[in-house]
Amino acid sequence: MSAHEGTAEAYRPVFTGAAVTELSEILSRFPTKMAALLPALWIVQRERGWVSPDAMVEVAEQLGLTPAYVKGVVSFYTMYHTHPVGKHFIQVCTTSPCGACGAEKVVDALLQHTKCGELGATSPDGRFTVIEVECLGACGFATPILVDDDFIESVTPDKVPQLLSQYR
Amino acid sequence: MGYPHRSHPKETPVLSKHFGDPQARTLDGWKQRGGYRALEQALGMTPADIVNVVKDSGLRGRGGAGFPTGLKWSFMKPGDGKPHYLCVNADESEPGTFKDREIMRWTPHALVEGTALAAHAIGAETAYIYIRGEFTEPLRVMEAAVKEAYAAGILGAKAMGTPHRIDVHILRGAGAYICGEETALMNSIEGKRGNPRIKPPFPAAAGVFGMPTTINNVETLCAVPHILVNGAAWYKALSLSSPKSTGTKLFSACGTLARPGNYEVTLGFPFKDFLYDLCGGPLPGRRFKAVIPGGSSVPIQSMEEAESTLMDYEGFVAKGSMLGSGGVIVFDDSVCMVRMIARLARFYAHESCAQCTQCREGTAWTTRILERIERGQGTMQDLDVLLELSENMTGKTICVLSDSCAAPIVSGIAKFKKEFEAHITGKKCPVTAAAAAAAA
Repeated sequence: MSAHEGTAEAYRPVFTGAAVTELSEILSRFPTKMAALLPALWIVQRERGWVSPDAMVEVAEQLGLTPAYVKGVVSFYTMYHTHPVGKHFIQVCTTSPCGACGAEKVVDALLQHTKCGELGATSPDGRFTVIEVECLGACGFATPILVDDDFIESVTPDKVPQLLSQYR
Repeated sequence: MGYPHRSHPKETPVLSKHFGDPQARTLDGWKQRGGYRALEQALGMTPADIVNVVKDSGLRGRGGAGFPTGLKWSFMKPGDGKPHYLCVNADESEPGTFKDREIMRWTPHALVEGTALAAHAIGAETAYIYIRGEFTEPLRVMEAAVKEAYAAGILGAKAMGTPHRIDVHILRGAGAYICGEETALMNSIEGKRGNPRIKPPFPAAAGVFGMPTTINNVETLCAVPHILVNGAAWYKALSLSSPKSTGTKLFSACGTLARPGNYEVTLGFPFKDFLYDLCGGPLPGRRFKAVIPGGSSVPIQSMEEAESTLMDYEGFVAKGSMLGSGGVIVFDDSVCMVRMIARLARFYAHESCAQCTQCREGTAWTTRILERIERGQGTMQDLDVLLELSENMTGKTICVLSDSCAAPIVSGIAKFKKEFEAHITGKKCPVTAAAAAAAA
């Protein structure tokens, strides 16, 4: 599970200690520093739960890029969070094959039982955020969902309460 | 298949033989099942000899385009003094397709072996396996397999004790369908936005980091070790129809059908048998209405077309579609085609990188119009506008994302026009209305 932080406190750098070693090992795999950008952003998100503007500046400094360049890349990819999200982040596939198998009812059940109310919103207790995503690449196991890094196949509305109870 | 169901007697399990067998995931388990014999053999051969075997086998790319693999490898010129790279496309994101996911989660060493073998064949010391960010389990399994292969000396400075250096690195994508396009994938590896590049230059001339690069799909690379061990003639003999389509292919079946899953058949297998025997036919009380046979980017087939198709590269084209990635999406008579096509258009609108006007604007406008028709607010003129937009979205952009959005729209209107017209004249969705009446 990822740690999460608010925006109010002073920025604490991500790349200290073990994260520095991890980043230098990643840099050794590529002929350019820029190529470590996506992996570096994953490290930031793992450590902080999202990629804040301050973190983009830090990553830019680490890799010899400009903050604007980093922001341009972050905004291209949908999996980097540019604002804090709930403790557990739920992604539901609703593309046509899953849509034909009832994915929208799974979305409704998740919104209801997490008390998120609407897509993209975080539940009042801060535990969950639910979003719709495009094809998760497991169409034969409709409806697949991702809860944080747990990939769960064949979710149906009746399984939702039990499933959510595992994420406190 | 092997997982979640046992293989059907009509399947030809080569790549999927060990799906569902956790023992096959480990290095020891993989070696006990014949793993790494092909790599050992290949490292003792010259790259040119390997390329010739693959050429002779007739193997064609399994990612969607069907380009001959041996020919692609032969574009990599040895001794040009430049570093060569191999990119492995494991960004499986084409709606309807989930075969590479099964390969990686059950037989990760098959991909490590195929990758190392291909790297040697194209003169590359470095290979990058780019796995989509959402594939958390395949990522974990592949990382463990690569680690095992390094520890055993299969990868590294002296691969399997030979003078050849082979490094394999795994990269995690971050949520972008377009990164499955080969040049977008290379940009993504380089730490850039995943915008496709204008070709030429083709990857063999200037690919990742501007160096000669070959990019192959997961399934393609996993077929190669079998070809090396069993011979090109054996592979070539695996064909039930066209001599231009050889070997076995994994087809992912999904949508409204009895037994969704991955099925491996010899190319040229009758699609009717695939749909009704292997996949178990429709759900109880339902009839099949339409099939998208090669991932969402290929034209929709009517059942008449589908049931007379032979499953190979030429067979799908002869019956109004394409083999594509082998992602078979089946819709039964409870499904509204307009709704499904509108949802696919929304997918492409969401995934457009927005470089090209025709795609950026076309995917968005077709989505709006299709959703309007689905709500019962469309006009007959909308159908003409959709076709005109689709025409302008086909063959006019840097990559084929825009064409892919147009394919289901054009084929959908051609083959299911009555359903579109019923939405417009009845001012509501007739399929949903019929389902509601049946439930009442």
